[in-house]
Amino acid sequence: MTPPAIQLSRIDKRFGAVPANRDADLTVAAGEIHALVGENGAGKSTLMRILAGVTAPDAGTVAVEGRDVTGWSAAEAIAAGVGMVHQHFMLVPPLTVAENVVLGREPRRGMMFARDTASREVAALCERTGLRVPVDATVASLSVGEAQRVEILKVLYRGARILVLDEPTAVLSPPEVDELWTVLRGLRDEGGTVVLITHKLDEVMAISDRITVMRAGRTVDRLETATTTPAAIARAMVGRDVALAGDVALALGAMGGADGGWDAGMAAHSDAVAGEERTGSADPASLPPALILRDVTIATPRNPRALDAFSLDLRPGEIVGIAGVEGNGQTELVEAIAGLVPLARGSIHLGEVDVSRLPVRSRTEAGLSHIPEDRQHRGLILDYSIADNLILGEHRRFTGRGGALDRARILAHARERIAEFDIRPANPLVPARTLSGGNQQKIVIAREMGRDFTVLLASQPTRGVDVGAIEFIHAQLRAARAAGRAVLLVSADLTEVLALADRVGVLYSGRLACLLDRADASAEILGPYMTGLAGRREDAA
Amino acid sequence: MIILAFLLQTIRIATPYFIAAAGGVISERAGVVALSLEGFMLTGAFCAALGSFYSGSAWIGLIAGVGGAMLAAALLAVATIRFRANQIVSGIAVNLLAIGATRFFLRLAFDSTSNSPRVPGFGDDVGGGGLLGTVSSPLVWLGLLALPATAWLLMRTPFGLRVRAVGEHPQAAETLGVNVARVRYAAVLLSGALAGLAGVYLATDQHQFTDGMTAGRGFIALAAVIFGRWAPLRVGAACLLFAAAETLQIQLQGLQLVPSQFVEMIPYLLTIIALAGIVGRSVPPAALGKAE
Amino acid sequence: MSALAAPDRPVAPSDLPDRSATDHAAARRERLEETILPPLVAVMLALVIGDLLIVAYGQAPGPVYRLLLDGTWGNWYGFGQVLYKATTLTCTGLAFAIAARAGLFNIGAESQLAAGGFLAGVIGLLLPGGLPLLIAAPVLIVAAMAGGAAVGAVPGVLKARFGANEVIVTIMLNFVVLALLNWATATHLAVPETLHTPELATGTVPRLSELMPAFRGSAANVTLFVVLAAAAAVSWWLFRSRRGFELRAVGLQPAAAEYGGISVGRTWIRAMTLAGGLAGLGGINFVLGYKLYYEEGFAAGSGFLGIAVALVGRNHPLGIVLAALFFATLSQGGLAVNALVPKEIVDVLQAVVILAVAAAVPAVQYALRRSRGARRGAK
Repeated sequence: MTPPAIQLSRIDKRFGAVPANRDADLTVAAGEIHALVGENGAGKSTLMRILAGVTAPDAGTVAVEGRDVTGWSAAEAIAAGVGMVHQHFMLVPPLTVAENVVLGREPRRGMMFARDTASREVAALCERTGLRVPVDATVASLSVGEAQRVEILKVLYRGARILVLDEPTAVLSPPEVDELWTVLRGLRDEGGTVVLITHKLDEVMAISDRITVMRAGRTVDRLETATTTPAAIARAMVGRDVALAGDVALALGAMGGADGGWDAGMAAHSDAVAGEERTGSADPASLPPALILRDVTIATPRNPRALDAFSLDLRPGEIVGIAGVEGNGQTELVEAIAGLVPLARGSIHLGEVDVSRLPVRSRTEAGLSHIPEDRQHRGLILDYSIADNLILGEHRRFTGRGGALDRARILAHARERIAEFDIRPANPLVPARTLSGGNQQKIVIAREMGRDFTVLLASQPTRGVDVGAIEFIHAQLRAARAAGRAVLLVSADLTEVLALADRVGVLYSGRLACLLDRADASAEILGPYMTGLAGRREDAA
Repeated sequence: MIILAFLLQTIRIATPYFIAAAGGVISERAGVVALSLEGFMLTGAFCAALGSFYSGSAWIGLIAGVGGAMLAAALLAVATIRFRANQIVSGIAVNLLAIGATRFFLRLAFDSTSNSPRVPGFGDDVGGGGLLGTVSSPLVWLGLLALPATAWLLMRTPFGLRVRAVGEHPQAAETLGVNVARVRYAAVLLSGALAGLAGVYLATDQHQFTDGMTAGRGFIALAAVIFGRWAPLRVGAACLLFAAAETLQIQLQGLQLVPSQFVEMIPYLLTIIALAGIVGRSVPPAALGKAE
Repeated sequence: MSALAAPDRPVAPSDLPDRSATDHAAARRERLEETILPPLVAVMLALVIGDLLIVAYGQAPGPVYRLLLDGTWGNWYGFGQVLYKATTLTCTGLAFAIAARAGLFNIGAESQLAAGGFLAGVIGLLLPGGLPLLIAAPVLIVAAMAGGAAVGAVPGVLKARFGANEVIVTIMLNFVVLALLNWATATHLAVPETLHTPELATGTVPRLSELMPAFRGSAANVTLFVVLAAAAAVSWWLFRSRRGFELRAVGLQPAAAEYGGISVGRTWIRAMTLAGGLAGLGGINFVLGYKLYYEEGFAAGSGFLGIAVALVGRNHPLGIVLAALFFATLSQGGLAVNALVPKEIVDVLQAVVILAVAAAVPAVQYALRRSRGARRGAK
């Protein structure tokens, strides 16, 4: 009997005090497509980096094709035919496709780099695998889907027989996903082994032969795709029985939304959660809108229509949720409203005020609060204390005579907010850097929601925070609605959107693909919009 | 005759720019800021004077100059690559070190605060700044070849491909098994050797070392690298332009048309203008100045 | 390598469980260690290299160092000279630090300082001779700061408007501005046969020796107190004022500052203008306090040495004042030891200190964090 292509046994790995893998086992047979699934932070990528020699395990053994290779280097892994396609592209934009592919093992002619040979070899590889890319174009000029093909070509050029792909579909459009599946099946049929890291259950069902489920650093289950169901996989991922509908829905939502093929059972669960959510506040439709977006269009260097003629009226006392696969214009939408990117076209009104051309500060003063999607990058100054972070953006209000900051007032304000929002530790002088993710997010929320505002932009408000903090944040958003504030919730977590929103929109490819009342929306109905299968504008063709 | 004299003088002035700028291009394309060209050049000039004085041979001086400058480059490389010291601060420190060390050893070796004794140069037997003197200097020829050779190195050799990759996206290169540190060490040492050669040219051309004799030429070479947007042949054109302006100023000195200080400013002003994107945007290598 | 060793997610300390209050006291102590250790390591390394150079010159290190100390802190004249040099270095150190706090490298203190001295010297010539000192001196102080600020503002504006790299612009601008000042001085202003302007008739401030005769002969003067007051003001402004809050925010995390409604571009311009103004202020030390005229190259090298001062002083005004005293001691000490070893030895040592601090900051940080990690892991 041939040994398994990959055999990881009892792998332990810690980063500082944080355990990433605990006693993890993984067996992958040669010639199969194996899905490695689990929630964000379950330890999937770390386990595969250990396999690829990028990271060394603290304990445990790594065997490839029956050979013990524990602790090998990335170069040794590549030489032995193990290649990993990372989640973030590792490409050199100004170099050509062929140069990127051959870098590190360039074909030579004497002392020289044989560019024509490189182009020819890479073109032949494209032909053979079906990964079509223009080999002499610079990578900078490629689409995201093409760039990913270059990543796979790099690995195959090095003769990989075992291919690890880390969340490869996060950036792909549905037709590109289908093409990728075709390529992966072709590799498998030629005897290659593929490990696919993902948290999208429809992908797992569509492409894999076997499944290993990870939870909190451990491998908790091993399933045959043909004999399992998405619900069973979900149960293994969350680690509890599906008796508690809310938990499952939460877990599934945390997996980053779905792009189509939703299982009816899952949709039913999330609907059940959302159903209990309807509030009885006064009908917002009768009030003048708090935020008016008209034809808002944003151009980025990569995409002249990253956000394309987006229009929306947001009324006091309602939450409008924007769902969609990430990278479809959500970031641009939020930053446009916040004043962080200039509009290419269109207008933004906060109540009566036209803020289309106004700076961030004026928008804040006009009643806008903003929970940004990346709190560590945008939302906080990590080396500033909790107290100083709590006044960021409002610091002018804490300025006394001669431009001096009023330390006493800043501290009093911080103590108030810390108590009200239960930020821990309750010491206003501690740098934000030393707090947990949940408590960092509480600083942002305390700052943005602790002041008087009319419109709240909440972008991925619960990303990367623990369950307790998620509950807290959701309660805060509901309280804001009940107090008559207008909330625009942008989240990749469809369940969160369905649980909180009164109206639900879907962003796809920079456009508002649909906008439905919550009563008319469900995961089943929204799925096709999120994947671009429904809601295409006829005039766009 | 006037045109020939003008051309010869331009080339003689451009020679150290060509050679040092070639080093600057290689270093910056690998992601290491070339602020120390001036210091490497000064070190090279001093060591060349030292070597040729004691050996009586310009060729031994050349070897000593290149070796000394590479030592200075190694210092910068170890600080920035091994210890991840800030490249800008380290680059300035190496320049200050070169000024201080050359003065210290000038006292130690020649007991002078200003200059070394006369040392042999290249092409002494044919003499001076004329056509023969110019064409008989191997360093002039090296200068003419330096930037085309750099273009070939960067675009046509495996090392060049790696240099370009490392300067743009070191992590990507690393995942493919390219040893980023080794490529950067090689690039910085090569830039030290080339800038050192530029210093050798100055010392052998003037037949002595004088305190601070590089007089900002390393920075003019850096200006040419930026003004030429990191592309070797464009950088060569920038060097020629700067040298031609200097020559013109020298030749027209008697006429007092333009104060010499204004001509001195030209390379620096043009570089500032280029950086501001007023005439074509300068986009440096993406990983320039970053410790991976 | 480190780029590859990155874990699943970046393990920010925020992923760690919350720490107790005693841990936060420990964290404060750790930050202090990380701040103070690198300069100490660097100075020790410089001393070792100094020993080697002294021995290479055929001298014994002990007497040389003793002479160095005797010639600086050992007598009033030497001490006065140290104070004089430290005054200028404090200004250029602040000029680097304030830009660094905004996330910018100001390599232009050299020309900002010169422009400050120049403008003070030129405006001083225009003031009527009878003007009382209490009016003339402040006018010239403002003039010096304005001269430096004008030069500093250029890279700030170019960075904010066009994204031009301030490192290269400030370096290139040094050459342009110095050439311009040299031209203006040589062709229009200089006393014939010299490189300096005529002496000021008013606005010159007393030397310290007029207050304390012991300082006789030394160049130390009352601008020392002006500069100390400026350092104190910078300290207050940076850490206690709204603008300082904004400036440090931009330096630490520009994206978060922008999110907080702070204009990053305007803050850059403000930082560079202020940095230039502080460097320019250094010009009064020479022009108002010492020679009473502007002279070409009057403080050459002080701008670059300011980088060293800020680096060793860890970009903090108090640290900068101390570091300025240290580097001024080396500079003056070089003259004192010149009989035994060439005074250029101190130029070498100063460069070694810069290089060593630059290398030691990340290295010490790494070593400390590693040993602490090992300690915590063992717990």
